[in-house]
Amino acid sequence: MSHEPATLEPGFRGVTADWSADKQAFPVPWGKAMMWIFLLSDTFIFTCFLTSYMNVRMSTTEPWPNTAEVFALTVGGHHIPLLLIAIMTMVLITSSGTMAMAVNFGYRRDRKRTAALMFATAALGLCFVGMQAFEWTKLIVDEGVRPWGNPLGAAQFGSSFFMITGFHGLHVTGGVIYLTVVAARVLSGFYDRKGTYETVEVAGLYWHFVDLVWVFIFAFFYLW
Amino acid sequence: MAFVAIADRDHEHALHDPQSFIRKYIWSQDHKVIALQYGFVATSIGLVALTMSILMRLQLGFPDTFHIIAPQDYYQYITMHGMIMVIYLLTALFLGGFGNYLIPLMLGARDMVFPYLNMLSFWFYLLAVLVLVAGFFVPGGPTGAGWTLYPPQAVLPGTPGASWGIICMLASLAIFIVAFTMGGLNYVTTVLQARCRGMTFMRMPLSVWGIFMASILGLLAFPALFVSAIMMALDSLIGTSFFMPAVSSMGEQTVHTGGSPLLFQHLFWFFGHPEVYIVALPAFGIVSDLISTHARRNIFGYRMMVWAILAIGCLSFVVWAHHMYVSGMNPYFGFFFATTTLIIAVPTAIKVYNWVLTIWRGDVHLTVPMLFAIGFIFTFINGGLTGLFLGNVTVDVPLSGTYFVVAHFHMVMGVSPILVVFGAIYHWYPKITGRMFDERLGKFHFWMTFIGAYAIFLPMHYMGILGVPRRYYGYTDAIQFIPPSVHEANEWISISAMLVAATQLVFLYNLIHSYFKGPVADPNPWRATTLEWQTPQTPPKHGNWGKDLPEVHRWAYDYSVPGAPQDFIPQNVPHSEQTPAGREHGVPT
Repeated sequence: MSHEPATLEPGFRGVTADWSADKQAFPVPWGKAMMWIFLLSDTFIFTCFLTSYMNVRMSTTEPWPNTAEVFALTVGGHHIPLLLIAIMTMVLITSSGTMAMAVNFGYRRDRKRTAALMFATAALGLCFVGMQAFEWTKLIVDEGVRPWGNPLGAAQFGSSFFMITGFHGLHVTGGVIYLTVVAARVLSGFYDRKGTYETVEVAGLYWHFVDLVWVFIFAFFYLW
Repeated sequence: MAFVAIADRDHEHALHDPQSFIRKYIWSQDHKVIALQYGFVATSIGLVALTMSILMRLQLGFPDTFHIIAPQDYYQYITMHGMIMVIYLLTALFLGGFGNYLIPLMLGARDMVFPYLNMLSFWFYLLAVLVLVAGFFVPGGPTGAGWTLYPPQAVLPGTPGASWGIICMLASLAIFIVAFTMGGLNYVTTVLQARCRGMTFMRMPLSVWGIFMASILGLLAFPALFVSAIMMALDSLIGTSFFMPAVSSMGEQTVHTGGSPLLFQHLFWFFGHPEVYIVALPAFGIVSDLISTHARRNIFGYRMMVWAILAIGCLSFVVWAHHMYVSGMNPYFGFFFATTTLIIAVPTAIKVYNWVLTIWRGDVHLTVPMLFAIGFIFTFINGGLTGLFLGNVTVDVPLSGTYFVVAHFHMVMGVSPILVVFGAIYHWYPKITGRMFDERLGKFHFWMTFIGAYAIFLPMHYMGILGVPRRYYGYTDAIQFIPPSVHEANEWISISAMLVAATQLVFLYNLIHSYFKGPVADPNPWRATTLEWQTPQTPPKHGNWGKDLPEVHRWAYDYSVPGAPQDFIPQNVPHSEQTPAGREHGVPT
């Protein structure tokens, strides 16, 4: 990236030079460094959730429900497996695209476009949470799935599903609030006065992470 | 837009020194005040756990005499004693206390990178402690599941506190982890990004290295506990079955089916083993600095010490199942985890050798901090050697249910870190308060605690080899194989434990009395090299360094440099002023 100091050496020598230097290990703002470390820690949380889910899926004595069927929708007479989840995944990945564009416009100090794209990202995130609420309602009301048991098979299906998607949903909801606050600050010119749009990128890091986690949940919970 | 390092900016922090009492001492964002707040709360809750251990010792040493603890309550005492000591005392004190105080001062920073988050960290910690204490007052009392909280026992109705106590415990742990995460992110980011000019990684004092690595371990290990706390709370509250298999309890089938109790053990120990090093690594680091300073010698093998800290940190994530040899595992797993466990002894032994070699032919000053540091070497070698026994599957299987394990972990992660805590408090007391403690009381405190620790825990090794089971309320008639000598040993241990506990009151008296009446301390009474002793004021004011940040020119261990006018050269003294050029003991400049 263009904003790095010109004195940095490329490649491994640059890494060594950074790490053996004084003052700071990475030429990045504090907030960005801390967000990366936080995300590393959060990765361990989701890894533990997913390995636990895999473990109880093995330990349970009852059959695991067929996720493709559980999460199927019937639209216009057609029975389409995983339709809602596919749309949700699409929406969330699209929101990562708008976020990346927001970061780009942030570096160009384009106040209005940055804010607009961030609001769009937040709106897509809200859309995702809304669809998740729909999915939960369908499961709870129509299919009778509960965290402690369900008519489809192993009780751990409901427990893992609500726990993992719930925890991820909380992350998305938190992200929507976070993005909205930052976007409002962008629009108000707060970062122009501060002289840097780095917070936009930091918020972006978080958002991409939440997105990436969803890809793993999608792969391990819905597709498997 | 080039990002300018904080040490290169002019007057980054406007030094608005908060004046009101509340902003200065209650809602404070100053890392030094937050460190003391952590210290007070951790010590207070630690005294609760100490009292509980004394009550347990009264029961074990003099059964049928005191009747303070009812048999059905004994597990609650064990559980709360263990959990408080490990998490709420040691972890909080080393990272929240010493981490907060030392990192910015030793690195030449004005504060942590995010002071507001740091303040939140303390208040969440206090909330965690309050929720924990609330567990004592809920119906049924605190949980009696043992500090490891193993299911299914922790959740089943026969266990004390299975309805409310366990929920308080899990909620408290979750809040503690949130608190630690906010603090830990600060510690790690500050070490990475906010060092002063000249402070390279390889010039950092080992205290900072130890706390830094322990914070990383915490950020990666606590998630496993967080997740298992959530899952167990769900099992207990709404009847999910993550950890609960189909069990019949008190003649009735429970609602649970198909969960995996072993999953909890894996998650718990994936946190639990790094936790040992979250407590041990700061102790390793701090004791290195104490030994080097008070033996007036540069630390032996600084680079090796750093790499050993990093190696121990990495290895600590691949040894967890050595706590589970008796849980039922594939024997090949046991083989793997025994191997990694024994490998971790190598960097640990390197550190012990280096401490001993630092003292070797040093100009040893037997000050109070140094006594505690030397005491630590003894107890740590002792506890480490029994660790080698327990790391082997075949030796562990017969011993793991006995007092041998109690002796081992108390020696290695109870007594050893707490000796370092004492040494560190005495060492930095003059900097923190500006006054000197009473040396004679300090020495009395050391000898009573050190000899007392052996009086308490040495007999437990023999009891363990005799097969005396741990976590038992009493050993009267039912257990035939226990000889009378064990009962005598129990009396001896209990009396020693009470003497040691009483000595801690002397320690507290010394701290409080000296704070008001102690002689005013020299800004650098130990003639130490590290930056925290070079602050313009003692105790350091808000912002630590006055107008200009310090600049570091050398490593942290320039003691007894040949040709230098004094036997120490502070880190911020330029080469031209003190030493012949090029003398840095082979350490990279």
